[in-house]
Amino acid sequence: MSEMLEEFEIHALSKPFMTIGDHPIAFTNSALFMFLAVLCSTALMVLAMKRRALVPGRWQMLAETLYNLVTNMLESSAGEKAKPFFPLIFTIFVFLLFSNLLGMLPWSLSVTSHVLVNLMIALILFTVIIVTGFAKHGLHFLGIFVPRGAPGFMLPFLIVLEFFSFAVRPLSLSIRLFANMLAGHILLAVFAGMGASLAATGWAMGVGIGFLPLVVNVAITAFEFFVAFLQAYIYAILASIYLRDALETH
Amino acid sequence: MESESMKSIGVGITMIGSLGAGLGLGAIFSCWLTAIARNPSAEGKLRQVGFIGMALTELVLLMCFVVAILLMFAT
Repeated sequence: MSEMLEEFEIHALSKPFMTIGDHPIAFTNSALFMFLAVLCSTALMVLAMKRRALVPGRWQMLAETLYNLVTNMLESSAGEKAKPFFPLIFTIFVFLLFSNLLGMLPWSLSVTSHVLVNLMIALILFTVIIVTGFAKHGLHFLGIFVPRGAPGFMLPFLIVLEFFSFAVRPLSLSIRLFANMLAGHILLAVFAGMGASLAATGWAMGVGIGFLPLVVNVAITAFEFFVAFLQAYIYAILASIYLRDALETH
Repeated sequence: MESESMKSIGVGITMIGSLGAGLGLGAIFSCWLTAIARNPSAEGKLRQVGFIGMALTELVLLMCFVVAILLMFAT
């Protein structure tokens, strides 16, 4: 059964160059695909915007569409005051988008299918949110745990509830992305395996029924490209909604 | 029963939780479509709320999925 999880395996591509405790640190395939995602997104933004034409060409159009998408999303969900945080949200969105899309290439690793990567991004985001909240509002920032207009005797329960709902946010944010990518890639592997084992049974079954999983696989591949975009977008939307807490307390 | 088959049955039972997420997603998309059909000019504003609702509902399904995967593959 575990051959389905083979594509998510992390293995070292170089000799370990340092150790932390007993754990050897080497250049892994996960690191390679992270570098590739950064390289691709930087290349897209730098090369597409090199000419800065008034009437944009194809590549410039793509870069401007991505930029406008995040700008509008940030303004409508976090407000005007969130403008200084645009680089953070845009970086997160583009990095996740490119690592999701690179994961769709054959024999490649989807970096976001490991929960630790997503969790680290979410923790950076929440560090920024908490520091900003305390810097802007001081101890009033703790007011986000007190719902407005709640009756006094309910407050002890509500404060505990709101605190846990805040504390679990980075985890839910990262698990959503990780489980989506994992589920999609396992689904592809299951249908590909079904086609392969039908083809191995001979001509009649292999050609007669074996093409059906292949057709389904093509459809799922198209759907996975959509999911790769949608999950990066949802991560960015939720990040900017959580950012709103730090900017406008109630 | 063998522990291996018990494990498989457990994985199956875990995924029953996705029933609720399926119902919820159906409700979200049906209300979303109704809202757009009644007021087509509000589509831009509704898109973001719809995606947020979808993401939060889907989390239930994904939690079931993660628990099922852990049951199945964790040693």
